[in-house]
Formats: sequence, structure tokens, C-alpha cells
Amino acid sequence: MAARDQHGAEAPWDQGFRVVGKENRKVDGLSKATGEAIYTDDIQLPGMLHAKMLRSPHPHARVLSVDTSKAEALPGVVGVLVGAELPVRYGVIPWTPDETALAVDKVRFIGDEVAAVAAVDEDTANEALDLIEVEYEVLDAILDPEQALVTPEPPIHEDRKRRDNISKHVELEFGDVAAQVEDADVVIEGDYTFHSTTHAAIEPHCAVAQPNSDGRITLWSSTQITHYVHRALARVLELDPARIRVIQPCLGGGFGGKSDPFSLEFVVAQLALKTGRPVKMLWTREEVFYAHRGRHPMKMHYRTTAKADGTITGVDAKLLIDGGSYSSFGLVTTYYSGQLLTGPYAFPNYRFDSTRVFTNRPPNGPKRGHGSVQPRFAFEIQLDEVAEQLSIDPIEIRRRNFLGEHTETVNGQRVTSNGFMQCLEEVEKASDWRERRGKLPFGRGLGVAGSMYISGTNYPVYPNKMPQAGVQLKIDRSGLVTVFTGGNDIGQGSNSMVAYLVAEELGIKVEHVKVVAADTDLCPVDLGAYSSRVTFMVGNAAIDGARKLRKQIVEAVAKNWEVEPRDVRLMDGTVVDLSAEARSMTHVEAFHLAEEMFDTLGSTGAYNTPTLGGDYRGGTIGSSPAYSFTAHVADVEVDTETGRITVNKVWVAHDCGRALNPMIVRGQMEGSTYMGAAEVSLESHHLNRFGLHAGPSLLDYRIPTSVDTPELEALIVESIDPEGPFGAKEAGEGPLHSTIPAIANAVFDAVGIRLRHLPFTPAKVLAALRAKEEQA
Amino acid sequence: MRVFRLHVNGDPVEVAAPEHWTLLEVLRYQLGLTGSKQGCDKGDCGACTVLVDGTPTLSCLSLAATVEDQQITTIEGLLPAHRAAGGEGADPLQESFDESGALQCGFCQPGMILSAKALLAENPDPSAAEIKESLAGNLCRCTGYTQIYEAVLAAAKADMHAAISTDSAKEVQS
Repeated sequence: MAARDQHGAEAPWDQGFRVVGKENRKVDGLSKATGEAIYTDDIQLPGMLHAKMLRSPHPHARVLSVDTSKAEALPGVVGVLVGAELPVRYGVIPWTPDETALAVDKVRFIGDEVAAVAAVDEDTANEALDLIEVEYEVLDAILDPEQALVTPEPPIHEDRKRRDNISKHVELEFGDVAAQVEDADVVIEGDYTFHSTTHAAIEPHCAVAQPNSDGRITLWSSTQITHYVHRALARVLELDPARIRVIQPCLGGGFGGKSDPFSLEFVVAQLALKTGRPVKMLWTREEVFYAHRGRHPMKMHYRTTAKADGTITGVDAKLLIDGGSYSSFGLVTTYYSGQLLTGPYAFPNYRFDSTRVFTNRPPNGPKRGHGSVQPRFAFEIQLDEVAEQLSIDPIEIRRRNFLGEHTETVNGQRVTSNGFMQCLEEVEKASDWRERRGKLPFGRGLGVAGSMYISGTNYPVYPNKMPQAGVQLKIDRSGLVTVFTGGNDIGQGSNSMVAYLVAEELGIKVEHVKVVAADTDLCPVDLGAYSSRVTFMVGNAAIDGARKLRKQIVEAVAKNWEVEPRDVRLMDGTVVDLSAEARSMTHVEAFHLAEEMFDTLGSTGAYNTPTLGGDYRGGTIGSSPAYSFTAHVADVEVDTETGRITVNKVWVAHDCGRALNPMIVRGQMEGSTYMGAAEVSLESHHLNRFGLHAGPSLLDYRIPTSVDTPELEALIVESIDPEGPFGAKEAGEGPLHSTIPAIANAVFDAVGIRLRHLPFTPAKVLAALRAKEEQA
Repeated sequence: MRVFRLHVNGDPVEVAAPEHWTLLEVLRYQLGLTGSKQGCDKGDCGACTVLVDGTPTLSCLSLAATVEDQQITTIEGLLPAHRAAGGEGADPLQESFDESGALQCGFCQPGMILSAKALLAENPDPSAAEIKESLAGNLCRCTGYTQIYEAVLAAAKADMHAAISTDSAKEVQS
């Protein structure tokens, strides 16, 4: 690990933190509150065309021919595009490029893109779509993952090495799980189901492309990852990447749903090049539901063995993962489904066998808590069952199995700071657990669950030795510091985070820092907003870059004052002399002295992860420079007449290392918990037996309104990570995980039924209540 | 195409657009007032909420032709109106949304702020339950709503405070 990657968790100046840890406003808050902020669909260019997609009505079919002649003849239509014009395959994971911008030979789900039209307005483009004639040879569709497992023919993807419908299989064993069964005091075994859910960011996907007369092209896109879009565009358009500029304007929510390169990005770019005019495509809400890349549905079987004192001796898992129609991030999902379960509890023996299959459903991908929310749901319920069987308090059993800090997991992942014990304590106290759990009237209960998540990943998607995060700083004679970062602010506040850290490090005010982000022409590469990596990696890069400038500024002032550099202190934009003489200057004057001494001022900062991970195939997938920890307690009511579950309140305690801005951290914790709670009984990305979405609208999908959302209480835990930027770790995904099993466990406390199959509909609740009565 | 005569943020405007266009389309794509957002185009999400004669209205479900005689307020109108009334900074609701961390991606917030504006105009001292109820037509996917309630409560308190100090100033003067 290079020295540039570690900066210590302490405040950079001896007066303590001036910016970090305070509830500062966000750098873009007011521009969003006043409507001034520009999102992709807000961009209007002179002469701009509007494009629409023709989509497949079949879940699985061969495309025999596409005749666009009538569409092209429609007045107002300027450009038409078919798959043969963009045949190069891509995929976010370089090893599994199985997507094309438009169907070349086959369509693989209802909604798969077939052709596109650019016209003077959307109405004309839509009218032209109706005039395109496509001849399909309809194939048998596979809509059920169990069926995909045993049905190698027809393969949904035909030209892979293996002729079956298995997208990825991973089997790893650490220790010997089978050997534990005989000696175990308790063995709990069971099946669990996680259904399909989606991101439903309020901003639909949108892209705008502008061709330049010099052969360059600019793409504005609602993406979470400008860098991967840049790479994919160069590949598919077969253009020199230096001629492509990708910009992410303000983003109206992502949650993982804007992480893949999407067909509309290639299509508007190619149509712009073809017509010589700017082209925009804005997807409808219905199209966003089909574009999906949502949480993978999983069928999971778990067996946990434990001793009489509650100590877990082994966990054995078999998972069937519905990948949908394309690979997307599936290779990583398959590993994450097993690799990320090995904390916050220690278990000496662990095995997982995960299989991701292709089905003719909209492709699944990464949704907040990628690949690990589903296994967490299953395991935390099973742990509750162990506790119940042994008559141990559910919080106590979690304490007894604590992994510890500065240690290693059974699968070889290094764990640094770990505040999980304090998380448990916080939720126990706040929920009045000891007084209330198991003692509430029938129909009301409390449940607990815990979890762990990565703060960025060691696995950089395409292997290289270059930094995972880079920033560039420029100092202006006005006193303004501009930071250029490839990091994507998707609403989580990463641009604000960068401004806070640079202001802290340079001893200036936040309003003197401007952040320019996510523009591939201007900003150094960052790998983007996924895997909860931005705070950790971009934050460390920002400190690295600012620290270099600070050294120059201090040196220049020290020379001018003829004092030792250690006597020069910057604070809130003022430089003071700590030696005998009481004198000061503004940070602007200090910048000028530094520019006189060092010429034009600027610096770069970078971050790369240390070498981590187990020494086995896939051992680096799931390894992270630091892990966050969470505990939830849920308070629920179950109406035994209607079967309806009401979540009254959820307490969430989260170890984020250090809260760089507690207000923003709380927002991430509350937003994560809200989203998790919504997956329990409201949201369902449900397809009918033909592969058609049952209700592709926000109300039918049922994202919670204000009155559907439980009361949320966020409790921040700070473990101060030795390698995080000033000790910080992630807060955007971890606090979703244990929401769901905490609610499931609370239902058990309330009415004594174990619900193991999501979503928890009233019908399932009533059936379980009836089964329980019959048993009794 | 036809000419619409609208009253937007206090300005009389004449704008030509296709006859079937919604108020949202005219605002966004003809007048360049892109602060009103389109999240679903079918009245589910509330991101397109504007005030029509002070009432929160889904501009994606309102034909521009139906609101010609009414006063339309979009998110862009709040700050200038606040300044015109002698205020500093942005509208107190916009300030409190920023101060409370209620703005994550920000996409739902213009609609949310306008719904809250209408609530406070009618009920300057709302309870938490009343705030919850009045914002139920505006979906937010980022925050879990908690910091939004805090923002509206803070703005209500600030408004009350301002009203009280104005009243006491008047009392002193009289």
C-alpha cells in the first residue's frame, strides 16, 4: 500500500476538525431546491432530435428481419437504427460481453430493444415505431430459474462455451461444514426466497448526444459510472475514446439502476453521428421497469450448526439466482451472494454453492446492497431460529458470535475497524429491547438483525494497476480551489464530501472549494458510484491531493515569515503564526506566496486499495479496504384478521467509521432502511406467466409514500477506520441489509410465525397463522 | 400548434406549442423552466407538481389549455417572489430543505417543496401527521422522508418566528 493511500484518521491541523463532523450544507443543495440544477432531460440543444425505441413483444425469439423503409419515409423522421449497425457486444464485466445496443439476432425478454427512430419530436418518433416491420421466430421462453437449471435447450445465449442456461456457478468451502452436523447441539435447516425488486429512481433514464464538426462526440447521460460508459461507447462505436466525452449531469437517483451501460447511450450517440444532429432519448417509466437491472431473485437453502451456548460452528448455503436475460454484473453477484456473509459473525466453517441462471426476464443487476441483501435475509432469520431453539436472546446470540475487529474472516477477507457491538447496544437501548421484546401484547413484536457491507471493492472490473480513484486540484488567485473528480454524485453527496475534505485539509472554508465532477474530458478517472466505494476511495484521493498543496502553501508562508513550517497554521481561511509573533494573513495571500515560490499551483491525488483477499480463485471479489456494520431493530404489528403487517418503527445503528457529515450519513441510513422496509411487503417486480410486467408504474409497483413509511431513527456509530478518509467508511448500502430480516424476526415475536418467503403478503401471513393454529 | 397565454411566476407569457401538450411539457420544453420534473408522466410521482392558483397540481396531467386564466407558480418562482417581498436568500422552505439534508438526488424536491408551500399557506403550524399526509402525493426514493418532515417543520417554525417578530415590530411601532 502506497503512502499516498493512508492519511491517518486524525484532524490535519492541531485545532481539531473544523469542517468534518459538522452538519454542513451540501454544495449543490440550494441549486436543487431552487430548480436551477440541470439533469439530463433538462438539456435542450438547438436542432435536437428525439429518439424512441422499438421493443420486443416476445420474451424469446429470433429476429429474422427488420424492415424500416416505411418508418424512414414518414415525414419528420430523420434517422433509423437497427442492430446490424451496432453489432459489437458489450457488458459491464469485460469477461461476459453478451449485450448489443439493439437486437442483432435474438430478443431475450419482453422489452428487449430492436430498433430506434430519431425524429423531429417524440410523437413522430412513436408513430414511426409502428411502421417498422419485424419478423420474429418465436422460441420457447424460460421464465422460471428452476426450469433454466434443468433446461439446457434452447440456450438463451447460444455462442458461449457452455451450451446451457447457467450464467455463473461458484462453489467455495472454507473448513468442513459437513463434519459439524454430528457434533452440533442444534441444526437449523430451511428454504428462503427473495423476490424481484427494482430501484425505481424517480428520474427515468435519459441520454443526449451531440456530434461535433471535428468528429468528436459528447454524451450526457443519467449514469452512475461515466468511466465505464466511456469505455463501452468507444468499444461499440469503434471510436478512439479520446474523441468521446461523457458527462453525468445531476442524477435523479441511481441505487445501482444506472450502473450498467444502457442501450440508449449507444443509440443516441450513433444516431447523432449518423444524422449530424443532437439526439435525445428519454425512457418512459414503463421502459425503466423493463430496463430493470434490479435485485436478483434468489431461492436459498441454508443449514446452520451451533453449540448449546449459541456459538455457530458452520454455515452451509445453496443458492439459485435468477439472472434474467443478460450477464450484467452477474459474475460479481454470484460471488457476492456467498462472499459477503462472513461477518459480522465468526463462523469457522462455511460453504456456499451459488448458481446464476439465465431466464427470459428483464436482466437483473446490482441494487443497493448488491448480491448480499438476499443471503443476509435468509441467514439472519436462521440465526433467530437458532436463538429461539436455544432460548438465547436474539441480540445476545449475535454478541456471542461477534467476529471482532482487526481480524480475518473465514474466507480470508481482512477486517479492520468493526463497531458492530456498539451498533447492537445502540438499537437495544433505543428500542427498549430488554423491557419490550417478547413482552408486548400478541400481535406486536420486536425483531433484530445485523449485517456487514463493503466500502468499495478491490476488484476494479477490468484489471489494471492504475489508481481506482483520482482527483486533480487547481488553485485560483481569487482563493478558489477547484477539485476535478471522476466520482459520480448520484445524490449521495459525494461532491460535498470532496469539498469538505479539501477544505479541512487546506484549512479554508467550504465555500472556497468548487467541485467539477464526472466529465471525462475534464476529470481524472474514477471508477464510479457503485460498491459503496466513493467516500472511501475518492475521499482518500482528495486528501492526498490537498495534502500536497498544503505542504507547498505552508512552506511558502514559513519562508515569508521566517518561521518553522510547524508554526504555520491554516484555519477557516486564515493563516496564523503560532510562534511568538502574533500575525496572520488570509488564505488568498498565502496562495499568492505559494504561487510566487512554486509557479502555477495544482496537484493530483490518487487512491488504490491494498492487496487484499483470499488466495483462491475469486478471493479478491468481496474483499474491501474496510467494512461497514449495521444493526436494526424493527417494531411491527400484525393484524391477524387481515394478515397485514405494519412496521411502526425501525431503529438503525450503523458503523460508518467517521461521519464526515452526520446529517448526510443519517439521510443515507434512513433512505436505506426505508428502501429495505419497502421490499418486505409492498414492492414486487412481478412478471406474469408470459414474461409481461404485471404493473410497470410506480403506484402498481408500490413504492412507499410518506404515509406508508415507518418511523425511522438513525443512530450513528463511529469506529474510526485506520485507512478511511479521516476514518470514514460507507453509509449508503450497508444500512439496507438487516432491515428486512429484522422485520421478519419481529413478525415472529409478534405472532409466532416464521415467514421465510418474500414478499410477506397478507395471504402468506394468514396461511402461516392458520398453519400455526392447526399445529396447536 | 396553438398559442397559450399563461401566467407563470407572475409573468404573462405567450407561447406556441402543440395543442395537446401538458402544462409540464410547455413549462419544460417551451419555456425552459426545467425545475418541474417528469418522473412518470402519469400522475403517480408528484415530481411535476406546480401551484395553480396556490393549489398543488400535477402539471403532467393538466393540459396547458386548461390553466390559461390561472396563476401558475413553479419552483423557479419562489426565490424571486421571496426577494420581491424583501426577503434574503432563497424561500425559507428552500433554505430549510437544504439545511435539513432533505435534498439527496433532488429530483422530487421541486414538487415536494411546492406541496409543502401550499400546506404552510393553509396551515402555518402543521403537526408531523399533517405534514406526512399532505406530502403523500410526492414520492421520494432517497430520504425515507424523515429529513423532509424536519425541513417542513423547521420552515414552519422559522415562518412563525418571522411572523411573530413582524407582529411585535408592528406593536412597537404603534
